[in-house]
Amino acid sequence: MTPHDQVTDPLGLDHVRAPRFDSPDEVGAALAANRYLADASIASAVFLADRLIKPVLVEGPAGTGKTQLAKTVAEALGARLIRLQCYEGLDESKALYEWNYRKQLLRIQAGQSGEDAHVDWHELEGDIFSSEFLLTRPLLEAISATEPVVLLVDEVDRVEVETEALLLEILSEYQVSIPELGTVTATQLPMVFLTSNNTRELSEALKRRCLYLHIGYPDVERERAIVLSRVPGVTSALATRIAEVVRTLRGLDLRKAPSVSETLDWARTLVILGRSELGEQDVAETLHVLLKYQSDIDKATKELLGKPA
Amino acid sequence: MLDLLGEFVAELRAAGIPVSTTEHLDAARALVAIDLLDRPVMKAALAATMVKDEAHYPVFDTAFEIYFAMIDAAATDADGELDALEEASREQGRADGQRGRGRSQGRGGGASGDVSAEELAAMLVRALLERDEALLADVARQAVNRYAGLEPGRPVGGTYYLYRTLRNLDLDRLQRMLEQAAAGQGPVAPGSLTERLARDEAAARVELVKRAVEAEIRRRLVEDRGAAALARSVRKPLPEDIDVMHATRDELAQLNRALVPLSRKMAVRLARKRRKGHRGSLDLRRTVRHSMSTGGVPITPVFKPPRPAKPEIFVIADVSGSVASFARFTLLLVHAISSQFRKVRSFVFVDGLDEATRFFENQSDPAVAVNRINTEADVVWVDGHSDYGRALTLFHERFAQDVSRRTSVLVLGDARNNYHAPEAWVLADLRARARAVYWLNPEPRSYWDSGDSIVSAYAPYCNDVVECRTLRQLEHFVGALA
Repeated sequence: MTPHDQVTDPLGLDHVRAPRFDSPDEVGAALAANRYLADASIASAVFLADRLIKPVLVEGPAGTGKTQLAKTVAEALGARLIRLQCYEGLDESKALYEWNYRKQLLRIQAGQSGEDAHVDWHELEGDIFSSEFLLTRPLLEAISATEPVVLLVDEVDRVEVETEALLLEILSEYQVSIPELGTVTATQLPMVFLTSNNTRELSEALKRRCLYLHIGYPDVERERAIVLSRVPGVTSALATRIAEVVRTLRGLDLRKAPSVSETLDWARTLVILGRSELGEQDVAETLHVLLKYQSDIDKATKELLGKPA
Repeated sequence: MLDLLGEFVAELRAAGIPVSTTEHLDAARALVAIDLLDRPVMKAALAATMVKDEAHYPVFDTAFEIYFAMIDAAATDADGELDALEEASREQGRADGQRGRGRSQGRGGGASGDVSAEELAAMLVRALLERDEALLADVARQAVNRYAGLEPGRPVGGTYYLYRTLRNLDLDRLQRMLEQAAAGQGPVAPGSLTERLARDEAAARVELVKRAVEAEIRRRLVEDRGAAALARSVRKPLPEDIDVMHATRDELAQLNRALVPLSRKMAVRLARKRRKGHRGSLDLRRTVRHSMSTGGVPITPVFKPPRPAKPEIFVIADVSGSVASFARFTLLLVHAISSQFRKVRSFVFVDGLDEATRFFENQSDPAVAVNRINTEADVVWVDGHSDYGRALTLFHERFAQDVSRRTSVLVLGDARNNYHAPEAWVLADLRARARAVYWLNPEPRSYWDSGDSIVSAYAPYCNDVVECRTLRQLEHFVGALA
């Protein structure tokens, strides 16, 4: 029994969907075509997520492209991206579904006044608990969508442990039970990405159901390629220099190491300033784009340029 | 393959990485889906299915390199056969070398003889400058043949072989040559940006050499003794399980790195626990306001946010040599999450005592403060050997009146008193004043009360005496405290 059958059989999905990708290399190429440069571990994780029908839990420092990965996969597949932004206090009424109380209340009040004043209760009950009065939230939407979708559960570490349990049924069974309506099963299998900034330990149950992908800082060659692909107008020499300076900065003991998104901001800044080479003066003047603490800037100036700021 | 995976999983579990049966199955399924000859993909697939914590990657890496080193060799051999004839001769030479090593005492077969030391060094530089990985692997092979002096059957992890090979390759000279190459022509001003970048670039490439040699030695050792035996020799604890008192320099660096995310995690968790613990009273105004949207029916009651009292912490830490690193980590952790406490005051002692709180004030980075403690705090009175009795008496004299019902007192130390008087009455008095007195001991419980350790003299006056050897234990204790 393939992993695919294991998920689809209970759902009664008999048509077998062809795998989205043939090899990790194809994933890499598809992502690269959308200007996302994946290394072997990223490409493999996405590939396996598709083959094993499992969600991917993406962790790593801020600004290394966790959310961007899900967006790019959606783009590459031509799928709709459905995003659930997590926050503390998120509950099922915001994540899954909610009955539209106001509309239900209106419906009841409308039934009491007017001519057909004595509607049959059962009829009314069936009426107000129909899908017309259901507000779908991202998770239900991803399950019930008929077109291909990519579900992104962003910053999942912000929700409480209890709310995490809510995700489990959906992530492993691809179905949602609504007491008044019955069970909604998926008609297609969405690709699911969860991102976490690691502000708390996620539950074992959740981790077990996911593939794990840690996106760290890229090495010099990859960072250079990222700069070249995402910043228009940057010269090859400048990109190399930028990647080298950023590597040196990450090697220092800073409070906040520069992220990839900050590298890109820096590259854009230098391009706007019309630089094609990177001199010491330029570094000194624009370091604040990369580093966000004064103590870090002082330290970096001293280390890189050999003089106090 | 499945057997090999099974052994690999067993090794991961033995090293402390929790791999469940489901994850094992997932890994097996993943291996079916991928091309087994593509090593990076295979490694990524195993990591994605079985290792769910970034901090566990180093341990996983080592185990992977050991268990799947043979596959790599098999793959390159296969490639070699497919390659042109010129490759074949080199393959042949290598095979000879390996046979020779198996037979004799590893003084190197004929293969190492065909390249002189100078040629080898030149090849190494060329491999690095041209980023030629195949050539680098080849050089590593030759170098190990030539310099490592591998002795079959010895139960070692290979650190010494690595050292011997790298010393002979003269990496310092290599670093200088690469620096010059990276900086380009012309003179480079010392201290300039160009010089600095060239240095880091060269260092990164030298690191590649180290890794290549390490991989080669590991491969040889696996051939010699088998994966399971080697894995046992090189197995290292996970960062959260490192014994703080006996950590090596590398391990201390790992601990330092682990501490920042740990303290952030704890701060979030504690803040959340405090907010959630019990709700405040009903907020009538906001409840009524909310009921407007449901036609005046108060469906969702709204509560005021709770404001529970935060505890106050006094840390009294022994910073003498034997337990200094433990004191350091505890102080760092407690101060990093100090926003979760009403007040944190720290005191450090050896045989004198000094308040260290001032170093943490107006200092955003606790690590800097801890370093200042080591250099500036006035803790030595006579000879620099811990004297718990005197330190406690001094504390009592100067600060006991500040200890109140809201204060939790933590004493950090191994209670090795160098046969001075214990003065345990101080703790008895503190216990009467404070909310609680805890003793954190970085020594294993079985060592307590041996030699000059006098834990049991103090234990009756503490709410609890806790063994605290690893970050995991420390995290657990501090989490329960707040």
